[in-house]
Amino acid sequence: MINPHTENAETNVAAEPTTDCSMRIDPTAACDPWVAQVAVITDIRPEIDSVSTYRFRFQNPDVAQAYRFLPGQFNMLYLPSCGESAISHSGPPAHDGTDFIHTIRFVGRVTDSISRLKVGDTIGVRGPFGAPWPWDTCLGRDVILMTGGLGLAPLRPMIYAMVSQREAFGRVVLLHGSRSPEQLLFADEIDAWRAAGVEVELTVDRADDAWDGNVGVVPLLLDRLPDVQPDQTEVLTCGPEIMMHYSAVSALRRGIPATSVWLSMERNMQCAAGLCGHCQWGAWFVCKDGPVFRYDRIHSLLSIRDL
Amino acid sequence: MTNTLPTDTEVAGMTPAASFLPRSALQTLLDLLLGQGYQVIGPRLDQGAIVYDSLERVEDLPAGWTEEQGPGLYRLQRRDDDALFGYAVGPHSWKRFLFPPQVNLMRSQQTDDGWRMSEVVQPVVRYAFLGVRACDLAAIAVQDRVFLQSGFVDKVYQQRREQALLIAINCTMAAATCFCTSMGSGPRCQQGYDLGLTELPSGFVVEVGSERGAALAANLPLEPLQDEQDQAAERARQRAVDDIGRRLDRDRVQTVLRERLQHPQWDAVAERCLSCANCTLVCPTCFCTSVDDVTNLTDQEVIRERRWDSCFNFDFSHISGGPVRDQTRSRYRQWLTHKLTTWVDQFGTSGCVGCGRCITWCPVGIDLTVEATLICQDQDADAETRS
Amino acid sequence: MSERPKLAVMKFASCDGCQLALLDLEDELLTVARAVQISHFAEASSHLEPGPYDLTLVEGSITTPEDRHRLLKLRADSKYLVTIGACATAGGIQALRNFADHDEFMRAVYARPDYIETLATSTPVAAHVKVDFELRGCPIDKYQLLEVIASLLAGHRPRTSTESVCQACKRRGTVCVVVTQNLPCLGPVTHSGCGAICPAYDRGCYGCFGPTVQPNTRALSDHVLLPRMASDQAALALHGINAYAPEFARGGQRLWQLAGLPKPLHPSLDASLETSLDTSLAASSATEPASS
Repeated sequence: MINPHTENAETNVAAEPTTDCSMRIDPTAACDPWVAQVAVITDIRPEIDSVSTYRFRFQNPDVAQAYRFLPGQFNMLYLPSCGESAISHSGPPAHDGTDFIHTIRFVGRVTDSISRLKVGDTIGVRGPFGAPWPWDTCLGRDVILMTGGLGLAPLRPMIYAMVSQREAFGRVVLLHGSRSPEQLLFADEIDAWRAAGVEVELTVDRADDAWDGNVGVVPLLLDRLPDVQPDQTEVLTCGPEIMMHYSAVSALRRGIPATSVWLSMERNMQCAAGLCGHCQWGAWFVCKDGPVFRYDRIHSLLSIRDL
Repeated sequence: MTNTLPTDTEVAGMTPAASFLPRSALQTLLDLLLGQGYQVIGPRLDQGAIVYDSLERVEDLPAGWTEEQGPGLYRLQRRDDDALFGYAVGPHSWKRFLFPPQVNLMRSQQTDDGWRMSEVVQPVVRYAFLGVRACDLAAIAVQDRVFLQSGFVDKVYQQRREQALLIAINCTMAAATCFCTSMGSGPRCQQGYDLGLTELPSGFVVEVGSERGAALAANLPLEPLQDEQDQAAERARQRAVDDIGRRLDRDRVQTVLRERLQHPQWDAVAERCLSCANCTLVCPTCFCTSVDDVTNLTDQEVIRERRWDSCFNFDFSHISGGPVRDQTRSRYRQWLTHKLTTWVDQFGTSGCVGCGRCITWCPVGIDLTVEATLICQDQDADAETRS
Repeated sequence: MSERPKLAVMKFASCDGCQLALLDLEDELLTVARAVQISHFAEASSHLEPGPYDLTLVEGSITTPEDRHRLLKLRADSKYLVTIGACATAGGIQALRNFADHDEFMRAVYARPDYIETLATSTPVAAHVKVDFELRGCPIDKYQLLEVIASLLAGHRPRTSTESVCQACKRRGTVCVVVTQNLPCLGPVTHSGCGAICPAYDRGCYGCFGPTVQPNTRALSDHVLLPRMASDQAALALHGINAYAPEFARGGQRLWQLAGLPKPLHPSLDASLETSLDTSLAASSATEPASS
């Protein structure tokens, strides 16, 4: 196991600002990590079954202006009398002082209740929290995103940011899997991403008659991807733990070093500030040391189911 | 912060000239504290134990009482003298005052414009703790790291901690469950106190540990310390060291335990462990909480309440697929490995201060020192133990 | 006012104590009455309206064929059906007959047992119909009841902790009666919710709220109960108010056997015990996962 204070701090936290979307965020600058700010829902867009994308704006204009996040970070969304849920940012990180976006699956007490909210309703927000995707590390390199199901949402801010500075990267590849063609998230954006220079390969667990693409798991897409340059590639993966695990195994098989593979972990998060203990995983607090981890730092933990 | 968290330089800069407080003047100390607006918390007899609670009079202290402790066992006993602090540690720890079991954090009110959310303003509490042991000082230092020095600051803890005055009392005996010598946390109070006392039959040897302590001492009827008093205090403190029979190989456990995550002893301890969480709640360093809403039917106002929680609870690690640690075995392993190993990675210090509370207050008497030692035995010896 | 959700409170084999918890809300009762239309609550009013109901609170266990029939109809009439108390949730103290010879009991109690039509068992409501939420306790805690009503009206799952009674003791500062007073106590394996009243009055926990999730009743028996009481007394401790809750039922059986007093389960009950064990585990998940 690795000491987060000696090994992780410099890379799992954003580096000095080099672009408008990697502004350094001081996690302790927030006055009180326990107190939420009120945000109003400005738009709701149904995506696939039981998943919608919400646009929010902080009610307090000063809070809205000051708010910044990095791709991979998350907010705690709070509905009074119902509870709180950790939800990753899924919108563009270039901040215009107004809105931020979350894509939410309705799977529990809080998210089910969010599903009944309307435009104009208010909600509590604490954040942003967590270590982001390694933006600076990815600069100038080939970037392969491997996502499963809703795992595409936490990487969408990264796609937006890379597309907006496409020349700053080498090859950009999205390998995405969904259960079925109708469960394909952000389907209407795929063409735009392709047009902007993102190679997109899709796969489904179960095809239907209209589907003429890949069938099978996401790691297979990497196995088959031509012309991978292992020493100039970063792999960013998000999805079910087992899918990320095998994506990492596949990346290693292609010769990509473990230090270039990044996973976004899910654990129970309550305070999001490393104070409540719920998200502990080995020596890590997933809420503040993660959720994004470099594979070489966690692979020994991944092999133990109930750690 | 300078008074409650003195740096080494600050302490070194002061002359820790010890002096003597006659027992008859202890009430003067209490009166002084009460007069300065402190709520004095110290040892009292209650519920068949020596607990920490409010006190105002010397007569409130457990004169002539001590305790017998063992795994799953605590019994009050009479001493053959009338020592006021002649016990080791009781069921409570100071965390119940600095890090309260339940605290309201936030208020949401339903208005025509939607929810309005605001911080719940915490009442200002000024505690003076009387009778803080060396292991307790170490535990407070551990929670300082957790709540004040690891990124986000917990304001509830911060406010209470900054105000708190710590009057330490050196142990002059040990319970059978004590193992502070193994953890390097006691029994001698070294730092982190405002005043440090050693009890003798006729009074207290007093050491000043901070500016706040010095200011307090200046108003006490202190006498110059006699050599024989000094020597008697040293002998009394040595008695506590000599009393401690329990051992834990801290360094070996810190390095080896994390490599033994699939050891069969985890299954063996899970057969006895009730997963009841008593160990975590009596532990003076455990800091886990959950936050939940206190609702009323109309939902006009909702309070967000933080409560002590425990990694032993089934739901504690719940994610979308169910709890990650879904068996007692994995929950006990999380607790022990965190307490003794990964805590060091996170906070630069062990989470265990050797106070022995988790051993005493475990209803089935599971002994952390025994379990950790068994799991960390070298593999050959381990195989012999099991055969 | 007809748009207010309709609340019904129904009674089966029980003592009415849990219904009294609703009346005992006092200050909050008016708020309840404003939030819902109390359509059927015989304990409070003789004005009884027929279903359908939005929320039905069921007290009591199922002990007669007629009750079983009534329950099936009630389920069909109810949008949400919530059991309140140990009888409805685990069969209650009357479920002790599940471990004994029911006919013998009838002959001992009634002059003309042939006039009595009952089932051989007292079973929880969930053994007969789908239950949306089970509220524990003997009696239930009125504030938990309020939480259940408020949550279900708001359309989300109620938050009731599955932690042990020990944790409530620790938060309120109660010193452990097992460790200091050598008293037997079911607290470590008992679901919280009562506020840990008994240990605060120098009594061990009686287990009124039933087993918590994954209760280690075997270790509790061997290391907490048996060193402090005879095995038949320990068996009775588990076979109390929640005797038929699966984990307590089995734990008690084992202690009867250790006492040399084999009290086998009624053969027909083994299967339903397994079923209700699965149900209680499935119902135990609570906290919101982090998503996306």
